[in-house]
Amino acid sequence: MEPFTHLTAVAAPLDLPNVDTDRIIPARFLRKPRGATGYASFLFHDVRFNADGAERPEFVLNQAPYRDAKILVVAENFGCGSSREMAVWVLDAYGIRSVIAPSLGDIFHQNCFKNGLLPVILSAEVVAGLRRQLHDRPGAMLGVDLEAQTVAAPDGTRHRFDIDPFRKEMLRTGRDEIGLTREFEARVREFEERHAREMAWVTPPRR
Amino acid sequence: MFEKIWSRHVVAEGPGGHVLLYIDRHLLHEGSTSAFARLAKHGRRVRRPDLTFATADHYVLTSPGSVAIDAEIRAMVESLGQHTREQGIVYFGVGDPRRGIVHTIGPEEGLALPGITLVCGDSHTATHGAFGALAFGIGSTEVEHVMATQTLWQKKPRVMRVTVEGRLGAGVTAKDVILAIIAEISAGGGVGHAIEYAGSTMRAMSMDERMTVCNMSIEAGARAGMVAPDETTFAYLEGRPFAPRGDAWGAALASWRALPSDPGAPFDREVELAASAIAPTVTWGTSPQDALPITGRVPDPAVAGDAARRESMERALAYMGLNAGTPLTEIKVDRVFIGSCTNSRLEDLRAAARVVKGHRAVVPAWIVPGSGLVKRAAEAEGLDRVFVEAGFEWREAGCSMCVGMNGETAREGERVASTSNRNFEGRQGKGARTHLMSPAMAAAAAVTGRLTDVRTLAT
Ligand code: SF4
Repeated sequence: MEPFTHLTAVAAPLDLPNVDTDRIIPARFLRKPRGATGYASFLFHDVRFNADGAERPEFVLNQAPYRDAKILVVAENFGCGSSREMAVWVLDAYGIRSVIAPSLGDIFHQNCFKNGLLPVILSAEVVAGLRRQLHDRPGAMLGVDLEAQTVAAPDGTRHRFDIDPFRKEMLRTGRDEIGLTREFEARVREFEERHAREMAWVTPPRR
Repeated sequence: MFEKIWSRHVVAEGPGGHVLLYIDRHLLHEGSTSAFARLAKHGRRVRRPDLTFATADHYVLTSPGSVAIDAEIRAMVESLGQHTREQGIVYFGVGDPRRGIVHTIGPEEGLALPGITLVCGDSHTATHGAFGALAFGIGSTEVEHVMATQTLWQKKPRVMRVTVEGRLGAGVTAKDVILAIIAEISAGGGVGHAIEYAGSTMRAMSMDERMTVCNMSIEAGARAGMVAPDETTFAYLEGRPFAPRGDAWGAALASWRALPSDPGAPFDREVELAASAIAPTVTWGTSPQDALPITGRVPDPAVAGDAARRESMERALAYMGLNAGTPLTEIKVDRVFIGSCTNSRLEDLRAAARVVKGHRAVVPAWIVPGSGLVKRAAEAEGLDRVFVEAGFEWREAGCSMCVGMNGETAREGERVASTSNRNFEGRQGKGARTHLMSPAMAAAAAVTGRLTDVRTLAT
């Protein structure tokens, strides 16, 4: 996983609340292997392109100043719905490294961490303010600093965000979680033995 | 209850309040094949194949006698069979009469038990919480992590109790209860929470009904939903193939009886609803929170509180092809889908059949049982004949038009009365318009060709 430290990049605003993972990547693309040719084009496919494949000019990522966005600033409950990790894979394929939101779908939120994308949660007012600035100044940059836990807005204000230290460390180092867990192997084995004793009924009967 | 289950599964405390949580059951489906592939690439094996179970549901066709629409999907299903064989995992595969939707067969096989942790790479895993399990959906990387380690790094969610009190009126079902709850707390209202459903209404529900409620917890933003186990739960589980047997059954019962939350246990948030206030409910928009009693009218965006809400309502109405003010019962439907992990168990099919009897479907209508065993049980009661005689299609088990990954989608612009759980744009096919409702209400829509208050239909 690519480590995340800080990022200064063009940000695109998406104002719609409750953007679900079916919209981020429609179901028919889920069987395509990650990294398949054209994978990035699956992102927001059905709202980004017309039936004939032509871009819809009104969609924000189709507008020149926002095309190279690496940051999305979204509205509440972005990434709600299914557990499909492809919603993160397809953002990653497009080049998005950070999503700034007042709230995110829980599973989507976790999936971001597993793929080196930084999810930033800020208050609804701050996020709405960021989106407004991005609309007013198309192509403006945001600075996201994981170390300092701040977002620098185009108007020069800085906003501090919380992130739990565990996720921060994993993102900063790009560490493999399974590798980390393996270091707890003795503890897992010990737990398994006790669990099998205390909740013996939990082991399914052999069939 | 949540706290008891959580604390019994903590293997180790990590930094930042994260704990390494032990997983008692891991359920897989075709979507898990990429995790298998990564596991193999790293030379790792499934740590506890005896706690891992697999089925094929999302991609398998539900027309009799066919497996997949194309070679790509066929290869995916075959790869799941091969991986599970290699790893010694029980697989309810194609041709196995027990095959079905992962959240239908988990309970049916006795894999979902009170007091356990259960995960699956699917957001509707909360369904299994109906048994008093801590069950939640995970992403593909987490699936690989559970395969390799039988654990997950998790942060404890907050717990919300939703209490529903009283008796449900005629024609009002578990589906209406959960749609009303989501409308009440909103589609994001449960984010960061596990929900415990409580109250006399929940206690009176069968397991099939409790599963319908827990299933849609994710539509309220919550990753997990649960109901305290009771005699209804135990009666359902006794004798199921993978449920504890003999001495283990006695020990399990003792443990399960001690599981419900102690009186006065604190919750981070409390929500209360009166059963008497819930009517047969349908959705009109593109979020599950866009739900109203069938007696209502399409809402007017002009009355929305803020600009963002107004805009998203306008967008939803445009997508749905609806005008503000139209009575919901005047909305014509093109197609009916009775199925999905929300509403495709035996009781759902019985409820639909009761409405259908003596009528004919006037639009294409599918019945897709949740599992092969549900299908057989329904056929043993003659429900299939009721449906077929009324012009419905009686299909094989699977996810089918709930998500259309297998190619079974509605056409662009078609309006579907559906018993599934999501009405997102494009969920049932590109441009398809979904109205969520109960099986009885979907059956009523099939025989009238429009959204219908099932209470007004002569049966
Ligand atoms: S029936 Fe629908 S919601 Fe349920 S597991 Fe299948 S696709 Fe997901």
